[in-house]
Amino acid sequence: MTPTAALDPERPVLDQLRDRVTAMEGGPARLPVPVLPALSGLVSLRTGGTYGVDSASLGLALAAGASEAGEWVGFAGWPDFGAEAAAGLGIELSRTVLVPDVGEHWLEVTAALVDVLRVVVLRPPARVDARSAGVLDARLRKRSSVLVVWGDWPRCEARLGLEDVRWSGPDRGQGRLRARHARIAVRRGAAPPVRADLAFPGESGSLSLLAPPAERVLDTSWQASG
Amino acid sequence: MRILVVWCPDWSVVAALSEAERSPAEPAAVLAAGVVEVCNAPARADGVRRGQRRRDAQARCPELVLLEANPDRDVRHFEPVLETVEALRPGVASLRPGLLAVRAPGRWFGGEANAAAVLAETLVEAGVRDCRLGIADDLFTAEQAARRARAQECEVVAAGGSAAYLRELPVEVLEADGAEGREAVSLLRRLGLRTLGDLAGLPLDAVQDRFGRYGARVWRQARGESPTHLAARTPPPDLTAEIAFEPPLDSVEAICFSVRTTAERLVTELGSRQLVATGVRIEAEHDGAVASSRTWLHPRYFSVRDLVDRVHWQLQGSSSLRSRRDPGAVRAPVERVRFVPEVLEPAAAHSDGLWGGAGEELVERGVARVQAMVGFDAVTRPVLQGGRGPADRQTAVPWGERATGLRPRDRPWPGRIPGPAPCRVFADPLATEVRDDVGRAVAVTERGAVTGEPTRFRVDEAWQPVAAWAGPWPVDESWWSGGSGRASRFQVVGTDGRAWLLRCGPEGWRVEAGYD
Repeated sequence: MTPTAALDPERPVLDQLRDRVTAMEGGPARLPVPVLPALSGLVSLRTGGTYGVDSASLGLALAAGASEAGEWVGFAGWPDFGAEAAAGLGIELSRTVLVPDVGEHWLEVTAALVDVLRVVVLRPPARVDARSAGVLDARLRKRSSVLVVWGDWPRCEARLGLEDVRWSGPDRGQGRLRARHARIAVRRGAAPPVRADLAFPGESGSLSLLAPPAERVLDTSWQASG
Repeated sequence: MRILVVWCPDWSVVAALSEAERSPAEPAAVLAAGVVEVCNAPARADGVRRGQRRRDAQARCPELVLLEANPDRDVRHFEPVLETVEALRPGVASLRPGLLAVRAPGRWFGGEANAAAVLAETLVEAGVRDCRLGIADDLFTAEQAARRARAQECEVVAAGGSAAYLRELPVEVLEADGAEGREAVSLLRRLGLRTLGDLAGLPLDAVQDRFGRYGARVWRQARGESPTHLAARTPPPDLTAEIAFEPPLDSVEAICFSVRTTAERLVTELGSRQLVATGVRIEAEHDGAVASSRTWLHPRYFSVRDLVDRVHWQLQGSSSLRSRRDPGAVRAPVERVRFVPEVLEPAAAHSDGLWGGAGEELVERGVARVQAMVGFDAVTRPVLQGGRGPADRQTAVPWGERATGLRPRDRPWPGRIPGPAPCRVFADPLATEVRDDVGRAVAVTERGAVTGEPTRFRVDEAWQPVAAWAGPWPVDESWWSGGSGRASRFQVVGTDGRAWLLRCGPEGWRVEAGYD
């Protein structure tokens, strides 16, 4: 049975279906991919794009939205995948493909995963040159999926990073890790970064927005990045 | 209609020995649930019988090779045999591994005996040393004839002679029908019916009353009247598309331009059958011989443009055809290009769903491709389970396998680390070090006290100060089975904001997980 991706209730159903039909006909395949509600004002994923993150938790968080919406996600080159944290963020593990060790075939493996999965989170094992990145970019555009890279990547549509991270809980032997407060910074091209305060993970292991982004949200990412 | 049956005796043993790369002359037996299921002739000569227990069989024949039953393996090894017969005579029906039936080839080979001889020779050449053939009017008689034939020979029952042939056979031949047959044989013996002829001589309604539907079937078979329906394999439709060039073309561009309509025809033809090709062999001929042949695989499926591109690459890249001086020209003029679709898959498995989400089948196929690249167990599916340490609480199941032996998650698991789960869980914990303010290594005493306050620690070779820490939480798991022994867990936050779960045990400090 085909898992059904949820339609966005705020847009007319017909428009969304028309977008999908256009994508199937080989038109501009820049469909929006759902993100977690807390991140929806900060970053919008679009198929064919590559997004950089600087930590494992952000990689999981970006994949969680699509997985919650019924899409398949994959993680490549990730031997230390934390399944419990992933499930806590909303990733459906039964629709998750994990290739812990990609080795020297990372480009081929990622390309094959991009063919069939909506979101692929990659941790490239080696330095990536612009040519390999270009190969994957072409594949992404054709196959309407999103690549999230934890590490360096020559050209990203947006880079997400955590700043000013504070853990609450431990105190010289007492207590335990309870929650993390961090500021997320979304950098898109040369534009000034968009920042917002997050509780990530919060007390319940999920992601929530503490303070809304300070600056204007660049929703039309594909126009901004060209 | 005459039927030819090919019987390869003890096929399970033959297949298992061939997979284990052992000589077929060794005494061997295939066991299922500790009981001999099938044994081969050398084993039988030493007194091994079907239904014997493993120990009894080994007592009679100490050098007996014991093999596990695997029906999939039997079918897999029988497939080349089917193909060999199919090459000579299409319409092969596989009855079970080791037994196949086909409409008897006749006049073309110059008689049934000649046809059987050709077939036997071909099979022996293909490596099937022990094959026995039988030809008769109906399937049952042909099978019995094959079972009575000698190795590599054929027993022909003349047309109309089935009943006469079967009359003399003992009822024990029904034992090949499995449990139902063995039960019937035992009963028939007790009733004093020794041959199939005795059974066939009884009236049908009496047999049906006593033996039910199975008896009625056997009665018809014994009279040589059983209807024969062969569920023959349908050879796939011939979807090969080809184009001839007159005069032969010697430029890649011209060839590619000309093959476009042929490629279109192939894709349309496949589309009308709801198929797509994911593997296509492209052959180019010159001087009436195939000069270049290569199989191309596509990550999804071939469109017209993909096919034309592959022709271009193949002709440009193939050294036998390319001219050294002008890379655009082929050295020998091509007079024919042929597309042979080799891997066909239903189009539905490759289409995008309108209501979103890639079809599960599409994912299966994509993942299978990754498995082909990096190995079967390198692609996994994460699964949660119960446990105390973060690494114990999850496991990775190879893609396509079922998770077994998972620890239950709904137990309390006292001693586990509460709070947010770590994003990075190291299957093999990394070695690390933790020092106190005077530079001594921090340890935990027998009584569970920390010897000094951690102030510095090192992950990935870089020392950094400790911003906050919590612990120790003692664990002493699996001491009854030589487990990890007494250890303590700490949570340590570095000044860079990253938190780690460390474990101090007899082997030193280890990083178990990271809250990244």
